Amino acid sequence: MDLGSLVSGTINDTLRVSLPLFRVELVIAVSVVLVLLARMLPVLRWLDSGLVALGGACFASWYGWADLQTVQQAVPEAGGFSRELFGGLLVFDSLTVYVRLLLAAFLVLYIVFTKVSGIPDREDGADFYVLVLGATLGMCLMASANHLLMVFMAVEMASVPSYALAGFLKGRKAASEAALKYAVYGAGAAGIMLYGISLLAGVLGTCHLPSMAGELGRIVGEGKAGGEIMVLSLGGLMLAVGLAFKLSAVPFHFWCPDVFEGAAAEIGAFLSVASKAAAVALAVRLVFGLGTVPDGAAAGVVATGLADVRHFLVYVVGLMAVATCTLGNLAAYGQTNMKRLLAYSTVAHAGYLMMGVAAAGALAGVDAAGAQRAVAALAFYLGTYLFMNLAAFAIVAVLRNRLRSEEIASYAGLVRTNPGIVVATTIVLVSLIGLPPLAGFVAKFLIFSSLVKAIASTAESPLMLVILIVGGINTVISLFYYLRVLKVMTFDPLPEDRVAEPAGAFSLAGGLVAALAVPVVLFGILWSGLYGFAQLAGSFAS
Amino acid sequence: MSPADALSQPALWPLSAIVFLPAIVAAVLALPIIPRAREELIRWITLATTAVVFLLSLWMAWPAVFGAQGPAQFTIGEAGMQLVVSKPWIPAFSIEYLLGVDGISMPLVVLTTFLSLLACAASWPITKHVKAYHVLFLLLETGMLGVFVSLDFFLFYVFWEVMLLPMYFLIGIWGGPRREYAAIKFFLYTLLGSVLMLLAILMLYFTSDLRMLSPEQLEAAHVVSPALEAAARADAVAAIKTAAEPIHTFNLLALAELGQLPNSPFAAAQVWGVSLEVLAFLLLLIGFVIKVPVVPVHTWLPDAHVEAPTPISMILAGVLLKLGGYGIIRICYPVCPGGGLTLAWLVCGLGVVSMVYGAFAALAQTDFKRMVAYSSVSHMGYVMLGLGVWSAVAGNEFRWDAWGQGVNGAMFQMLAHGFSSAGMFFMVGVLYDRVHHRNLNEFGGIFNRMPVYAALAVAIFFAGLGLPGLCGFIGEVLVTLSAWNYSRTLAAISAFTVILTAGYILWAIQRVYLGAEYKGPHGEALTPITRRELAIATPLVFLAILFGVAPQLLFNYVTPSVNRQVETLAEWTREVRPDFPASPAIETVEAGVTRALAGE
Repeated sequence: MDLGSLVSGTINDTLRVSLPLFRVELVIAVSVVLVLLARMLPVLRWLDSGLVALGGACFASWYGWADLQTVQQAVPEAGGFSRELFGGLLVFDSLTVYVRLLLAAFLVLYIVFTKVSGIPDREDGADFYVLVLGATLGMCLMASANHLLMVFMAVEMASVPSYALAGFLKGRKAASEAALKYAVYGAGAAGIMLYGISLLAGVLGTCHLPSMAGELGRIVGEGKAGGEIMVLSLGGLMLAVGLAFKLSAVPFHFWCPDVFEGAAAEIGAFLSVASKAAAVALAVRLVFGLGTVPDGAAAGVVATGLADVRHFLVYVVGLMAVATCTLGNLAAYGQTNMKRLLAYSTVAHAGYLMMGVAAAGALAGVDAAGAQRAVAALAFYLGTYLFMNLAAFAIVAVLRNRLRSEEIASYAGLVRTNPGIVVATTIVLVSLIGLPPLAGFVAKFLIFSSLVKAIASTAESPLMLVILIVGGINTVISLFYYLRVLKVMTFDPLPEDRVAEPAGAFSLAGGLVAALAVPVVLFGILWSGLYGFAQLAGSFAS
Repeated sequence: MSPADALSQPALWPLSAIVFLPAIVAAVLALPIIPRAREELIRWITLATTAVVFLLSLWMAWPAVFGAQGPAQFTIGEAGMQLVVSKPWIPAFSIEYLLGVDGISMPLVVLTTFLSLLACAASWPITKHVKAYHVLFLLLETGMLGVFVSLDFFLFYVFWEVMLLPMYFLIGIWGGPRREYAAIKFFLYTLLGSVLMLLAILMLYFTSDLRMLSPEQLEAAHVVSPALEAAARADAVAAIKTAAEPIHTFNLLALAELGQLPNSPFAAAQVWGVSLEVLAFLLLLIGFVIKVPVVPVHTWLPDAHVEAPTPISMILAGVLLKLGGYGIIRICYPVCPGGGLTLAWLVCGLGVVSMVYGAFAALAQTDFKRMVAYSSVSHMGYVMLGLGVWSAVAGNEFRWDAWGQGVNGAMFQMLAHGFSSAGMFFMVGVLYDRVHHRNLNEFGGIFNRMPVYAALAVAIFFAGLGLPGLCGFIGEVLVTLSAWNYSRTLAAISAFTVILTAGYILWAIQRVYLGAEYKGPHGEALTPITRRELAIATPLVFLAILFGVAPQLLFNYVTPSVNRQVETLAEWTREVRPDFPASPAIETVEAGVTRALAGE
């Protein structure tokens, strides 16, 4: 193959195949440019940057939806719809389109939410939306990364704007401190991850995930000299550190409560939903990418080697999940600040999600249908988590605008003055506990069922049983702190200096909270539709 | 839903209306259509809703009163599942909207709608946040009714949990001084139980395999609707039988058929060296006995009952406790018979311990309501004992005709306790509304001040005591007699407990109603019973007497279904344990019950 045909082949691949399937990211990138232009050019000053961003997000969601349709129609054919883009750096498959649509749809809701809640103001809007759009672009790449270099770039692209967002409330000491803490932790985690990637690449000779798996299986399976295995394990653990940081998994969660408390509720919503969705998608990609070969046709030495690799990965993820979930729930007890409480709740939910990742990893390569269901459970969880947590932070923001406080104690007796918001809070928090008939229950039910499936049909059953029991106990102990908020809102007496607001008045903020809470009920009762899409996302694990 | 569905499933709308009408009205009330200040209107709307639901359930359960038997009405005396409604809900997990009633659940449904009606009428003195109270009350009713009619385990679990939140708020907002503590304790205990239940549900689901069932069993379990054409049925059966992968199910009837197969998949599966049927039985049992409740997981009950407002105490004692017993009889034994056989000693032991402990604890109370609460613990112990002897094999004698007696007795005890305990809590509430204390030692002389009330109250308390001729007696005596065949010791203890029961009830009657004059606080408030209170108390007293002298009215419903289940399980025992000594012929279950009834 000469240089000319290589160049023309690359150009052809990029223009004909990759770019059309990359249009969601392109739209977001164009929106970033537009938002910046709107600020720079005097002619476009009148344009509200929020509306530009909203337009871009809507456009991206529309493309995302169209891509989902394409993949959905292709799935019945053998192998589903899977294309490698840009020479294998990215992969476009059902998981990509699902998570990308989720992120784009989240962006739409999120921008509406920030417009309603009033942070950022018009002056700061352009900065804010550029950062949000840029981070989302990075998250889209995380969901579709197929190459360890891409993994690193995507994680950094999602993180760096987040550091700036954390410090967005300029002049607030807590926000600056949170941003600094976040950036320092993030830089440390990124360095470790990059080191891990270089170790893996050095031993395996490639960073392309599907090629890595085969090589990894061969090396582990042949049981070569211990040194290589040691380096590989170390590399895997270091890679996990970077991911755990994004997931706010224990012991890399310390930034989470401080950042959430210091930054505005709007930023907490972004970090807890979008960032988490992308990180979970990436975790699934890595577990499947490193633990299975694409066509599932591993045999002999490679198959036994990959089984060992999966065993390692499942233990790392599973034990981290147990610690994350338990610590998040226990630490949430003592919190008096609502945002801090939600931060620990986010940590705990990251734990539940990682339990699902562990189950998916245990089922991968053993029970293909079970693995697909496990990924579908995660996809469903992310879909409902979007509404639950966005609604929770929207409530915090709305109440902050009314009460000028984010302390739980200041919510006392709120049911007397704002019964609508209290009902919405009840729905959201009870859904976060995981009680039927709300969406959070279904999500938890699906995660638990993939764990039970893994107990029944894989070699990892002791670990899965432990995870299942820990998950069950955590559900019970999480009851306390969520209910405490409701208790304060309903049982406690109203402070005397609080004046009742005119009843029955429809407010934009109330409408937003209601619009976010309704899906939480809806997906708890009629979840067949969303689960259908989640199953589509799961079908990537063929 | 097409008209054809309505024809093939005549109970679709009536049964759905019974379950969901309260929730729909609650949703409408929650909207800001009716202003919060129109309290009287809200009360009447709620009362009308509970009345409509009660009449609907009565229409369904007792066709004779409403003229000729319709297709959507219950056939008394038929043992199997009736009025089955089946709609796909979540096809990906084969979760169905599967409802149905039989002789076990139908009386409990009517008990629930009846007590909800009375409790709603008893809610008139509630003046705090009237709208929110009634919305939560109606949601609670939907949850309770849903549990009794669900035949899909997932649906069952959803309804089971739906009850928790309304109950938490009803205790926590409208309760007594220690309401917050009592509310969270109730929530925590029940949630712990239900998480264990969820684990058991998932394990059973993933172990189940519909392909193991015969075409007849698939139809009996309504996996394949018997209402379909023969050809369509054959196709559906063939599709299941030829499936490449195991087909899992949440269908309770199908799970029971699977659990009773000689090669039951639940008996074969092992978790940590314990067979799944024993483990699942245990997990489910813990979930259910927390609700019953039995010692040592009963401690939420005295707090919740005492702190809850009167109508909610009535619902708690009258209905919520029965959910536990119902779960054991409907799910634990049929789905995991092997577990029941292995753990018979546990169930019976728990029953007897609660019986005795509850009675002693009741003796020690000075709070009137707390005494009644402990009496519930004691009385529900009989239910556990009755259900437990079901699977009992004592020594070298395999007397399963006694099982039928025990289970029938337990069912009757549940229904009777529903009336008597709700009545007792209401009677305590009537006094508390007037004098605002419940200290047994500060009462006395109520007979003089409120003669009509006192007469009704004493009648209800005697029913709770188990006086012959009143409803409490039948269940206790059947259970005690059946326990004799299992363990003479346990039977003797349960008979001895009757003396303790008589002790605390008679002592309470003496301290509260008898005596020369009332010397406690607020004596001036002891006004005669109002017409509203009379309208609530009279039906309870009337039914307590009626079911005491004519228990057949209830046994006509209960016995066929219970006996069928016992007979099926007896056959099962004979198959899996051929080493058991010869046992009486199956026909004698009916005879045993009749004998026992005649002997009273």
